Amino acid sequence: MYDSSDLRKGLKIVIDDEPYIITDFQFSKPGKGQALYRCKLKNMMTGYTMDRTYRSGDKFEPANLDEVHMQYLYNDAEGYHFMDLNSYEQITLTEEQVGDAKNFLQDNMEVDILFFRGTPISISLPTFVELKVIEAMPGVKGDTATGATKPVTLETGHKIQVPLFIEEGDILKIDTRTGEYVERAKK
Amino acid sequence: MAPEINIEPFKVDGGAGKESRYLITSPELNMKRLLASGLDKIFQLGPVFRKGERGDLHLPEFTLLEWYRKGADYSDLMKDCELLLKVSAAALYGDTNQIPISTKYLSLKPPFHIITVDDAFKKWAGWSPLESCEPDRFDHDMVTLVEPMLPRDKPVFLIDYPAWQASLARLSPRNKKVAERVELYINGIELANGFSELVDRHEQEERFKHETEKMRRVGRETYPQPCHFFTALDRLDECAGMALGVDRLIMVLTGADKIDEVVAFTPEEC
Repeated sequence: MYDSSDLRKGLKIVIDDEPYIITDFQFSKPGKGQALYRCKLKNMMTGYTMDRTYRSGDKFEPANLDEVHMQYLYNDAEGYHFMDLNSYEQITLTEEQVGDAKNFLQDNMEVDILFFRGTPISISLPTFVELKVIEAMPGVKGDTATGATKPVTLETGHKIQVPLFIEEGDILKIDTRTGEYVERAKK
Repeated sequence: MAPEINIEPFKVDGGAGKESRYLITSPELNMKRLLASGLDKIFQLGPVFRKGERGDLHLPEFTLLEWYRKGADYSDLMKDCELLLKVSAAALYGDTNQIPISTKYLSLKPPFHIITVDDAFKKWAGWSPLESCEPDRFDHDMVTLVEPMLPRDKPVFLIDYPAWQASLARLSPRNKKVAERVELYINGIELANGFSELVDRHEQEERFKHETEKMRRVGRETYPQPCHFFTALDRLDECAGMALGVDRLIMVLTGADKIDEVVAFTPEEC
């Protein structure tokens, strides 16, 4: 069990049988008064956020999340389908649960799926992924302005901003935490 | 050590066969013993330790400036604070009465605002703590409703706390529902706390017994009653004392948002 004094940004706790992550945390204490532990919490299953204030001595159950390595198969009307490469068991996440990760999901990509008490709740992508550019406007020759960018379309259908020299068919390295272009992987 | 349900000390091993000791949470009781022994004006500047206090405005080890004067009450302490702020700001920014904090200016020109706790609660929290004794609600509303609304153009003295909040402060001779306690706020940050000190030994013993009983009820460790302090109260005349958080004073004067910015190393870095 956690105690109020363990509360901090990033901690995962169970409230009403659902996992929450603390997204913002503030310790307050009037000089002679009691400590207040003010939290902004995000429900890890629904994305719902709320504010809660706790006091000294309050107890919290840690939200233990299991990570299972899985392969992305395909998506359809039902959602996004993944397979455990050891047991061949398949699971489905809704579009909402996949969130922004859908912009970088590629068939057969290996990812981590987070489970809470046996139920898959969200996805954790590798920090860097490599994706192919399927549509790009030609860069203007001789344009050497630093920092200039243009939009390109990736094989997932997602558009990102890249430097002008990127061409159709290039493979790009992308940071999934920020969603930003890192470098050209290879031609 | 004074029994205070909301302040938890660090307990340390007293050595072979000896009783445990505690790191100092405030020099208050011993300073009043010094006053009782004949000193008139005293101060102490040093570290104090409070377990479990860590946040943007809190460190478990912080620097406290505490001063006492004989023959004074809490209105004298307010004048001391005004002078202390003026001198500190002048040392940093020249004699301007104004200090730059981010985009706005804070005026340190006396007199500072004076607001009673009762007025502040009626205005911003919608209830009177003099009419009902609700400690949990009081602390919650103080932090969430009152402190954020305090004026920021000048420092604020919040004064006259409900009598049921008094531990070491004397009750007002004019109104027994309030204790002569003052808190200094600057830019919404609580900087200092002071009292017209209670010098009635019997009443002080009763209050400590009551507080110790509350601590026992919630399962907190209790300490022996401070008998040297009680004895000193027999010889102590009217006096007033203030405790000011020095790290927070530096925060206010430099415009820092977090206490981490004004110390060399935080506990997490040690």
